[in-house]
Amino acid sequence: MAGAMLNLIMENQTSTNGTASGFEPRIVAFFCNWCTYTAADLAGVSRLKYAANVRVVRVMCSGRVDPQFILDAFAKGADGVLIGGCHPGDCHYIEGNYKLLRRVRLLHRMLRDMGIEDDRFRLEWISAAEGEKVKTVINDMVEKVRKLGPLQLPQRFRDGDKELEGEQLKAEAAHV
Amino acid sequence: MSKPVEEIRIGVYVCHCGTNIAGMVDVKNVADFASRLPGVTVSREYKYMCSDPGQELIRQDIKEHRLNRIVVASCSPLLHEETFRAATAKGGLNPFFFHLVNIREHDSWVHENRQDATAKANALVHAAVERVRSHKALTKKQVPVNPAVLVVGGGIAGIHAALTLANAGKKVYLVEREPTIGGHMAKFDKTFPTLDCAACILTPKMSSVKSHKNITLWSYSEVSRIEGYVGNFEVTVRRQPRYVREDLCVGCMECIDACVFKEAKFPNEFDEGLGKRKPIYVPFPQATPKVAVIDPDRCLNVKTGKCKKSCVASCDRGAIDFTQKPEDRQIKVGAVVVATGFKAFDAKRSPQYGYGVYPNVYTSLEVERLVNASGPTSGEVVLRDGRHPKTVGIIHCVGSREEHTNRWCSRVCCMYSLKLAHLVKEHSGAEVFNFYIDMRTPGKSFEEFYQKLLKEGVHFVRGKVAEVNDWVLDPSEQGKLVIRVEDTLLGTVRRIPVDMVVLGVGLEPHADAQEVRRLFNISCGTEGFFLERHPKLAPVNTFTDGIFLAGCCQGPKDIPDTVAQAGAAAAEALALIDSGHVELEPNTAYIVEEECSGCKSCVPLCPYKAISYVEDKKKAVINEALCKGCGTCVGACPSSSIKQNLFEDEQVFSEIRGVLADV
Repeated sequence: MAGAMLNLIMENQTSTNGTASGFEPRIVAFFCNWCTYTAADLAGVSRLKYAANVRVVRVMCSGRVDPQFILDAFAKGADGVLIGGCHPGDCHYIEGNYKLLRRVRLLHRMLRDMGIEDDRFRLEWISAAEGEKVKTVINDMVEKVRKLGPLQLPQRFRDGDKELEGEQLKAEAAHV
Repeated sequence: MSKPVEEIRIGVYVCHCGTNIAGMVDVKNVADFASRLPGVTVSREYKYMCSDPGQELIRQDIKEHRLNRIVVASCSPLLHEETFRAATAKGGLNPFFFHLVNIREHDSWVHENRQDATAKANALVHAAVERVRSHKALTKKQVPVNPAVLVVGGGIAGIHAALTLANAGKKVYLVEREPTIGGHMAKFDKTFPTLDCAACILTPKMSSVKSHKNITLWSYSEVSRIEGYVGNFEVTVRRQPRYVREDLCVGCMECIDACVFKEAKFPNEFDEGLGKRKPIYVPFPQATPKVAVIDPDRCLNVKTGKCKKSCVASCDRGAIDFTQKPEDRQIKVGAVVVATGFKAFDAKRSPQYGYGVYPNVYTSLEVERLVNASGPTSGEVVLRDGRHPKTVGIIHCVGSREEHTNRWCSRVCCMYSLKLAHLVKEHSGAEVFNFYIDMRTPGKSFEEFYQKLLKEGVHFVRGKVAEVNDWVLDPSEQGKLVIRVEDTLLGTVRRIPVDMVVLGVGLEPHADAQEVRRLFNISCGTEGFFLERHPKLAPVNTFTDGIFLAGCCQGPKDIPDTVAQAGAAAAEALALIDSGHVELEPNTAYIVEEECSGCKSCVPLCPYKAISYVEDKKKAVINEALCKGCGTCVGACPSSSIKQNLFEDEQVFSEIRGVLADV
């Protein structure tokens, strides 16, 4: 039993504590089908090497990215969110990337107010030919988020709930 | 009445892709991991999922284990999504109950730590397993295809593509920006390595274009707008006024003789400025269409309105018409072949070679005209100062393979430089030096041609030329151009005095390639050439369905390769239009009417005007035929009442949940 526990802990450590600092950021990326997803394919075909921390969700256009996706990713434990779209003027759907840009500007402000640092949320224009840029952007972002440390929003939510509960209990006790 | 809840039975298939995936990802671990996920009935790993036995595996499992969802973890969906959808359909399932996980391009090929790569694969598979649960049965929409084809660019690529399509009985519109078709090939004298005359093989094809009953040739015209989608493009072509009516002019050239400019004094573009022409001209004798054109920047009447207009009087057919205005033509086509060609590197961008400074420094295209029997000197190699060169230096890789200009190899320069060496030697008897970095002769009979040149006594100096100047350090250099070069085979720096320098300029994208690319909604590579859909398996397709590439607009290539590619592009276009219809990805958006609050936020967001607001219902509606499935309205709808097939909110949220779950 104890052995199994130890194994489990070891496993956990190897999966989440990949480096000496003990923290491997988890980044969710939304890549548009036509430019950035294809660029990431190109990076693969070119055998470029980059950090394994980013998990890509494919969307047809960066314009499809709903602010809720970003908030949801943070709420479910992402340490960073990256969006990749076509360069301005190059959108496969003419101007979806501009529509996204407007949302991103607003969302940046909102995230800042929530205490989520700017470096945790990034928008990049990466064309289908820019496999190299996929690599540099991902490596750069992983480095920056690693420096910021874990966001642990789910944990913070739980702590907040607990605190609130405590306050309520205190208030009730005072009332009685 | 509630529908009975269907039990989700997922099959997960992890592909080894030989060692492409298995070399970096522990595929067994991934399959084991997947087998423990809720809803997963079958989880397997297999060497090549895309092979017949791999696909058969899926089909059998669907029957045997009553699977109703399929997840394959292999390569990019851009490669094999259709393959596995078809395999899913063969098993009797709707093909859209399938999801592909990219653990090759996005994982095994880009990571170096097996443990991290495996963890990532697990996370991505987890996401897909979560996602497919909420997949729905969909059908592809079929739309009819317009059987006409637009070919943009009338060089050898466009000509060949247009003829191939027209010979197959298709209506073709060939649009060319210049007053004549022919492109660069029409300027060449001989072609390597066979030394057959370019005009002799090209001009018959140009005439066939003109006379073909299925081809409408619009020269001096440009595509100004293109709308619609695969199979149904609506194109606007702007025809510039040539001030000569094409239907009346017979190309007799009487008007040119009659022009008030007695001397031809303006540089002729076709002769690279070495020859002269009048404001009214025919670019070259075999120009197609053989119709005179008036240069609006040179013609006195167009510029000032004050001219005797002797050209008008000279034309007994009354073809000259100064009232012509730019004219827009609307056409409908099902497919487009983009064959806009290349631009020769501007040699002034490499100032060390003295082009534009020393009159006896020429570009290779200029020399093509000089050695051409129909060129400005009737094939005599005469320098700008009237002398005949006794020594000629040909410099390779000008604007190719250079950090400061273009980094790519232009592929044709070695061979055309060899060809020019042969022709210049033949025409002038001069001593010829070739300065090369590497001799690149990879083609049928190319190396043999190089060997032949070696035997002909042409000198070859291996080294990148540092500079061309006229500084005299030795009496033998008096009145000469001196080529300074490190001869890397002798291991010494040499000064070679010559009378004439020929710069083997590289090929680069047109200056307006970016605008053209936006017009057709296609992509460019980093160097600016148009990007093919897949470098190996879809070399003439683009990321926009129905738009195909041919010739040097896609990258430097020689004439045989260009013709082969033009044929391929024509075949692809034929395959598309002959099928009679196209199937569109069912990723369109739709509105759940009960949930729509009628806020109209979505209406102005749609670039295709697919969303309209129904006043009496106070709801927005989406016209499915116009929707292209970007999902921008879906992402913006404040009440989440717009959904996108294949990318439903629930599906994306479950993917997010999956990638962030502990693995």
